[in-house]
Amino acid sequence: MRKSRDQARVRTVEGSPFHVGRLLRWVVVIVWLAFLIVPLYWVAVASIKPQEDLLTSPPVWWPDNPTSIHFDQALNKFNGWKGLKNSLLIAFTTTIFAVIIGTAAAYSMARFRTGGKHLSFWFLSQRILPPIAIVIPIFLLFSRYSEEWFGIRLIDTQAGLIMLYTVFALPFTVWMMYAYFRQMPVELEEAALVDGCSRIQALVKIAWPLAAPGVISAAAFAFIFAWTEFLFAVVLARTEAVTLPVALAGMVTSFQGNLYGEASALTMVSLIPSLMLGILVQRHLVRGLTLGAVRG
Amino acid sequence: MAQVTFEKIRKVYPDGTVAVKELSLEIPDGELMVFVGPSGCGKTTALRMVAGLEQISGGEIRIGDEVVNNLPPRERDIAMVFQNYALYPHKSVYENLSFPLKLRKMEKSEIDRRVQRIAQILELEEQLPRRPRQLSGGQRQRVAMGRAMIREPQVYLMDEPLSNLDAKLRTQMRAEIGLLHKEIGVTTIYVTHDQVEAMTLGERVAVMRKGELQQVASPQELYTHPANLFVAGFIGSPAMNFFEGKIEVVDDGLMVAFGDGQRLRVDDAERDFAPVLAGTAGASVIVGVRPEHLEDAALIPETPSDRRLRGLVRLRELLGSEMVVHFEVEAAPVMTAETREIAADVDASTLTELDHMRSNRRTSFVGRFGVATQAVEGTVAEIAVSAGSLRFFDPSTGARITT
Ligand SMILES: Nc1ncnc2c1ncn2[C@@H]1O[C@H](COP(=O)(O)OP(=O)(O)OP(=O)(O)O)[C@@H](O)[C@H]1O
Ligand SMILES: [Mg+2]
Repeated sequence: MRKSRDQARVRTVEGSPFHVGRLLRWVVVIVWLAFLIVPLYWVAVASIKPQEDLLTSPPVWWPDNPTSIHFDQALNKFNGWKGLKNSLLIAFTTTIFAVIIGTAAAYSMARFRTGGKHLSFWFLSQRILPPIAIVIPIFLLFSRYSEEWFGIRLIDTQAGLIMLYTVFALPFTVWMMYAYFRQMPVELEEAALVDGCSRIQALVKIAWPLAAPGVISAAAFAFIFAWTEFLFAVVLARTEAVTLPVALAGMVTSFQGNLYGEASALTMVSLIPSLMLGILVQRHLVRGLTLGAVRG
Repeated sequence: MAQVTFEKIRKVYPDGTVAVKELSLEIPDGELMVFVGPSGCGKTTALRMVAGLEQISGGEIRIGDEVVNNLPPRERDIAMVFQNYALYPHKSVYENLSFPLKLRKMEKSEIDRRVQRIAQILELEEQLPRRPRQLSGGQRQRVAMGRAMIREPQVYLMDEPLSNLDAKLRTQMRAEIGLLHKEIGVTTIYVTHDQVEAMTLGERVAVMRKGELQQVASPQELYTHPANLFVAGFIGSPAMNFFEGKIEVVDDGLMVAFGDGQRLRVDDAERDFAPVLAGTAGASVIVGVRPEHLEDAALIPETPSDRRLRGLVRLRELLGSEMVVHFEVEAAPVMTAETREIAADVDASTLTELDHMRSNRRTSFVGRFGVATQAVEGTVAEIAVSAGSLRFFDPSTGARITT
């Protein structure tokens, strides 16, 4: 273990750094920031530009009379509200399921060696499958067979997407929580058992609180995955269960003319949760992800 | 309070490792029993089976009159101190200490009273609001002790509770544990691989080796009458000196001959401990003598000539009150699985040295001499062997030759 930690440490050459290198670093940072921020800025401004300012050349960098009409239109006239509500419901529910099931599975694997040594990696390997490979079978399953065989309608339902997203989010959740439980000294739970806990109490009172940073990271990932997923949503949820990305795409490809303002407004709406989540969990996120490096 | 009984306890791990073989042992109510032995001998495993943290593969463990084999830890009424303390990192010291009581749904005021009392005994009052990671090693250790002591269990289990402390703190805490035990008198099983800890703390000591119990006895008994070569070598520091010898019957008694024609008389006390020794005449035996029973013969001129041996002085280490002298005696060193294991437990170089000695037919001895000794490095000195200090072991079984 000590060895791997040494290897993980970044090795540097002692001495004064190259000045060229320092300059280069600034250039890279600035270019990259521009790459990131300019489109965001454009979208943000577009969402409040009056219609006539949208496609001018040169572009209007700041509108003279900002408007909120695009937000109103996007949310009320197009599928905005519906998409927002669906996305929130689907992402939240997916997160809860993925975290509960994933944590339980990971705990069982870490503490009782359920499934042997390789199960956790097998879980992760599910992510190697390109999603597009299974879109059609899943579409058929959802649209026809689920109803014929099980009498459950899944196509264009929130439940259908929640189910699917939970399955997709699980590998990562399991893998991450597994790593988390593995590095947690088992003696802590043993001490709890001796102190008078039942197995379940040891899990709830000791293991879970200590795994909280991991749970938060895993939850953030599950949420963002479900919030941004597009491929399956667009195939499986066209009208009723339409999600935000699908609603957004609908505007961009719409025949109703230039909807860039509305699309930008909806984009801004869809950024809010990611932003909030990012701010909320960034500390935990880093800890959760770099766990392997800080053990011992 | 209760006694703890091991009856033919076996433990086989799923990977096939036999960690404990047929351990039978009774620990009376209120006794402090120490399990000692080299690394990997199964001490922790035995302890964890009492705690209920490890499935028992065979046999029966009883606490009081109750067979606990299938009881979960919390129904066994035990408390345990872990080697790495296992303090709950997300709880304050106060919460760590009160956790076992809270689980028992004790009243708040009573919990508070007990926590304060324990904190006072262990001098942790100021640390109560702090988290474990804000504590020093010694403080953590005391919190771990406190969490075990705060309720009054039938049995305390301690797995090397002092091994993470520095030498000074360890000695201090060792004494404190001894005092606490005298005060509260709860049956305790204490695991350590440090034989000094075992000897100073244990009312009785169980010496284990490779999953097998070697001897259970009081520290004094282990020291003077070790059951076999392993116990003799393991208990005592510096370790007992061993060499190969041959028993010879002479007119008025027995002599042990070794090396280049040196002989030592077997005195009456030594013969009393091993009445059948005469029967082994002609065959080789393993002779053991502790460093503290060797002395520079120049300091005790009245030593008879047949209780002296000659050795080449190699190294003198002055320890203030005594002089530890290493010297070489021309005698075949003992190479059995036991002595090798004990040597390996000290460190690998000891083992290499042992191999080297074997090829030279010289045995390295350690003696604890008076500081006045004039024995000079590089010269041959006469060494006196105290009365009643020789022990004899059977080279084939390693058992001490008794009756
Ligand atoms: N979970 C396990 N699975 C398989 N073998 C194990 C397990 N735990 C311990 N062992 C083996 O059982 C034997 C006894 O181990 P144990 O931990 O009881 O030794 P110990 O006397 O406490 O040693 P130490 O002084 O190093 O703590 C060792 O050979 C060890 O490798
Ligand atoms: Mg151990």
